[in-house]
Amino acid sequence: MTGTTPLGYLASAGERSHAIVSLTWFTLLVSIVVCAVITVLLWIAVARARANGGAAETRAIRVGRAPKALRWIGVGVSISAIPLVITLVWTMVTLAATSGPPADAHLVLDVTGHQWWWEVHYDAVQPDQSFTTANEIHIPVNTRVLVRLHGADVIHSFWVPKLAGKTDTIPGQTNLTWLQASVAGHYLGQCTEYCGWQHAHMQLEVVAESPQEFQRWRVQQLQPAHNPLGESEQRGRQLVEFRCGLCHEVRGTLAASRVGPDLTHLKSRRLIAAGVLPNTAGALGGWIEEAQGIKPGCQMPNQNLTAQQLTDVVAYLETLQ
Amino acid sequence: MAEVVALRPGPLAVGPIGRRGLGWWGVGTLVATEAALFGYLLFCYFYTGATAPPGWLLEPRPVLKLALPNTILLLASSVVAWYGERGVLTHRPAQALIGFGGAFLMACLFAAVQVLEWYAKPFRLGTSSYGSLYFVTTGFHMAHVLVGIAVLAGIFIWTALDYFSPRRNLSVSAGVLYWHFVDVVWLFIFTSFYISPYLGFGQ
Amino acid sequence: MNRGDDRVPALGTASPGLEHRLYELWEGEGGLQGFLSTVDHKKIGLRYIVTAFIFLLLGGIEALIMRLQLAAPDLKLIGPEQYDQLFSTHGMTMIFLYAGPILSGFSNYLWPLLLGTRDMAFPRVNALSYWIYLASGIFLYVGFLSGNGPNDGWFNYVPYANRDYNPGMSEDFYSLGMVLLGTSTTVGAANFIVTAMRTRAPGMSINRAPILLWGTLTANVANLLVVPAVSLAFFLLWMDRQFGTHFFDVHAGGQPLLWQHLFWIFGHPWVYAIVLPSMAFVSDGLPVFCRRTLVGYPLVALSTVATMILGFGVWVHHMFATGLPALGMSFFSAASIAIVVPSAVAVFSWLATIWNGRPVVTTAFLFFASTILLFVIGGVSGFMTASVPVDWQLTDTYFVVAHLHYVLIGINVFPVVGAVYFWFPKMTGRLLDERLGRWNFWLMFIGFNVCFLPMHLTGLFGMPRRVYTYGPEMGWTTLNLITSVGAFIFAIGVVLLVANVLKSRRVGALAGPNPWDAHTLEWSIPSPPPPYNFAVIPAVATRHPLWEGYLDEEVRSSLDRGLLLDKAKESLGTTPLDALPDMILRMPEDTSAPFVLTLGLGALFAGLILKSWLLMICGLIILTAALLVWLWPRRELREREAAHG
Repeated sequence: MTGTTPLGYLASAGERSHAIVSLTWFTLLVSIVVCAVITVLLWIAVARARANGGAAETRAIRVGRAPKALRWIGVGVSISAIPLVITLVWTMVTLAATSGPPADAHLVLDVTGHQWWWEVHYDAVQPDQSFTTANEIHIPVNTRVLVRLHGADVIHSFWVPKLAGKTDTIPGQTNLTWLQASVAGHYLGQCTEYCGWQHAHMQLEVVAESPQEFQRWRVQQLQPAHNPLGESEQRGRQLVEFRCGLCHEVRGTLAASRVGPDLTHLKSRRLIAAGVLPNTAGALGGWIEEAQGIKPGCQMPNQNLTAQQLTDVVAYLETLQ
Repeated sequence: MAEVVALRPGPLAVGPIGRRGLGWWGVGTLVATEAALFGYLLFCYFYTGATAPPGWLLEPRPVLKLALPNTILLLASSVVAWYGERGVLTHRPAQALIGFGGAFLMACLFAAVQVLEWYAKPFRLGTSSYGSLYFVTTGFHMAHVLVGIAVLAGIFIWTALDYFSPRRNLSVSAGVLYWHFVDVVWLFIFTSFYISPYLGFGQ
Repeated sequence: MNRGDDRVPALGTASPGLEHRLYELWEGEGGLQGFLSTVDHKKIGLRYIVTAFIFLLLGGIEALIMRLQLAAPDLKLIGPEQYDQLFSTHGMTMIFLYAGPILSGFSNYLWPLLLGTRDMAFPRVNALSYWIYLASGIFLYVGFLSGNGPNDGWFNYVPYANRDYNPGMSEDFYSLGMVLLGTSTTVGAANFIVTAMRTRAPGMSINRAPILLWGTLTANVANLLVVPAVSLAFFLLWMDRQFGTHFFDVHAGGQPLLWQHLFWIFGHPWVYAIVLPSMAFVSDGLPVFCRRTLVGYPLVALSTVATMILGFGVWVHHMFATGLPALGMSFFSAASIAIVVPSAVAVFSWLATIWNGRPVVTTAFLFFASTILLFVIGGVSGFMTASVPVDWQLTDTYFVVAHLHYVLIGINVFPVVGAVYFWFPKMTGRLLDERLGRWNFWLMFIGFNVCFLPMHLTGLFGMPRRVYTYGPEMGWTTLNLITSVGAFIFAIGVVLLVANVLKSRRVGALAGPNPWDAHTLEWSIPSPPPPYNFAVIPAVATRHPLWEGYLDEEVRSSLDRGLLLDKAKESLGTTPLDALPDMILRMPEDTSAPFVLTLGLGALFAGLILKSWLLMICGLIILTAALLVWLWPRRELREREAAHG
């Protein structure tokens, strides 16, 4: 579903973005026609040039009075006004239809932009039905999802182009946006407000799936991490609790900090490090060892583990399905 | 036969007479830009206050005990400065000196009282956005008052040195215009910070 | 009232004796002393132009480094820290240190020549505005070259600009540097406004003035009113960073969006201020090469003002994604769509002038004519993003980067280069090489479009702005490569411009006073002009004084006979609308007070950034002393006169 331009919005997949695409095509068409017309007029006007040269050639042509050509301005401006007015009206209509928030949002998410990752919280009426994850959002298809946007540090912008336009996450206020996917698939998103060194590497992904699959995923996300049986995994778990736990949470263990992304179901995501790496054991190991080499300036320091420690940690993390 | 424009100018003044000089326009542009600056400062105040949660006003009922008399003092100093300008325009140097000297003293008193008021405030520059806005706005105004004090001193000294006449007095007009501007700005600041809470803003 | 000081100014014609007298009165000193103390608008204008071009080249190098880094995915030529400083410094340099000052420079040089007067209204202020501009450019680049360049983009949003997230000195250099630059822009604005209103040649009523008067005047009235917004914003940021205030920081009631409002209230009028004067180059220059007067002069003049007035009311279109209420955004969206109308007036006027004229294709003509096309392309991408829902997808992507470069390079740089070809003969007495000029033009034109036209697609395909690298799977690879290649072609074109200027200064064909047989007053005096500009002050009867014979006008301007004003260093003051003679201006002699004042100001700001009380106090003392010397009422300028005797 990502296609050749995963962040291109013209191949839209939701009702909110559909409305924008048609308006885009209209304004794009108008723009191209205007440019073509002006190019042709300019070309013809210049092609009628009397001479090509410099000062002497200029002097050689006699100065004359310009004919009354105000018609050009009058006609040009009048014709230009037509697509302007159409665009204005269409804009207002589209704005009214898409700005929301929708009254019938069945799912409410709280997304917080951090330098340089996305915290995603699934809220529920009962506290034990809510959970937090990071960077990957699952939603059921054909459902309007209200997203409350929070700013934790600097201004970021939440953007999943195939589903909706951008809305900023601004500290001190809660912005509202909403998503709706008409087709199941993976939809890439990206931060689009410059937020520091790793602004280029702050992606997210929205996975739209059938309601049953969504429910399955949701139930799984609510589970705490299981105790692994293997020795390597258990050693890894201890390391994770006492080192990674300084910044990360793994529900069901002693790792309980909320500074960094929640890792309880790390392996259920397709990508890691906010869209930078695939979620494989090798990439995971490389990320833990040398995060600064991959995302220089990010908040995760290089871990300097021994080879055995690294193997153990990765083994444990691999169990966090 | 085409007619060529023929200029037959009458006697023209050499250099600035009264307010006809370019310097008057120049100080006018200075006033415009500084007025815009204070406009933006007040915009900051009203925008921050309008979007802030309740309790933003650190002084829900700002104390007027010092500020109100001080405001009247400042407005009076404008009148006194105007009186001094009239003295220059009507060839009365004694009146001019009284006017500029008086305005100078009143300006110094205003500044001193304002500093006392600052010390008496229960909040500081870094207490919150309200504190920052109050002190920076009145601080900017104070900076302009200090410049105005220097200007009044300047025109006092130059008048004493017999530099000006009813015709040649651009420095006086420009300086007094600047002083009036400082006063008008204070009226806006006073109304915004001291009066608007009583009218319901920021509560 | 004693009227003994009035005089009826003498009328006469030019003569060697008159020219000699005026030369003695107006020619400044040479050497270093003369360099530091000149108040001649022509020298100051040329300095502005040269300095601004140097910044253009520096900004260009910054851009080329970025384009190398982005030429392919996942390159590691430079890291994010350097990239962030590069894109921020590139933006700051181009928009603040090149685009505004280059137009100030041309207007400074040209206005007195176009308006038929001997200098700007405030020659000493003129010198001051240049020195402060130079000082602020040096200040900002000391920051950049010491690794403390701005790193939050040219519009510098908080909270990232605040101390918590930006602890180094980058933001302090940027904030203080911009406040310093703002003073230059403001005093320059005052000078342009008063010059326009009070010093035009007799008979040059406001509807006979060149469009460059309208363009630059409009820009400077706007600057006067909006520069305080950005100076204040940067000052408040510096306070938040250094003094623990809370204007923008949420933790104590501050408002991050306050920064955006203040910045864009300035920023949007500013972008019109950096294109309206250059549009006027086209409006004034194109008719010369079409051998016809400009079509629709009154409409062009009025649309210039209308564009700026509307331009005050569109700033929120930079903030459509910040979560503002739809009702407010609708208003700004409508205004942003409406502003297309006055902008279009100029485009149609230019097209009509070419169509109905007998165009001669010179290099200057090519640059002016191509502006029309680039303007329209830039304009339509702006029109697209004026629509809020479309902007929600396109803002902060390369689509906007394409838009802003089409409008800035298309409506500022291209007309500026055209202006160089057009007015170089007046400034130096020599013509630029036309053959080299054609290579210059085509390389710039082709390179520019190869670089920036694909960027519209890159943006539609979702590439965000301000990213130091991107992945190969995003679909942007080929587009970025094409863009990078185009950038280098464009750069070669710019190099050819520099080469042409350097070569033609020495060996270019001699130009004479009016090589283009043009119609405005500057072409009636020698090339380069003498220090006093006009030996006799012309009296103007039409918009095109030098074409009155060709157009068989009934009333003709008087260029040979006019006011002499040769008793002292004098010029003529006139009334604001009709330009009737009003007073005789006593113009100031060369003085180094502006330079010394700038040294004091520079020391003050250096003290602020280095936190050195000594420097600050020394700076303040020097500044005050220079100001006192400058403002002390002077007898020879008729600023004082004893009340008695």
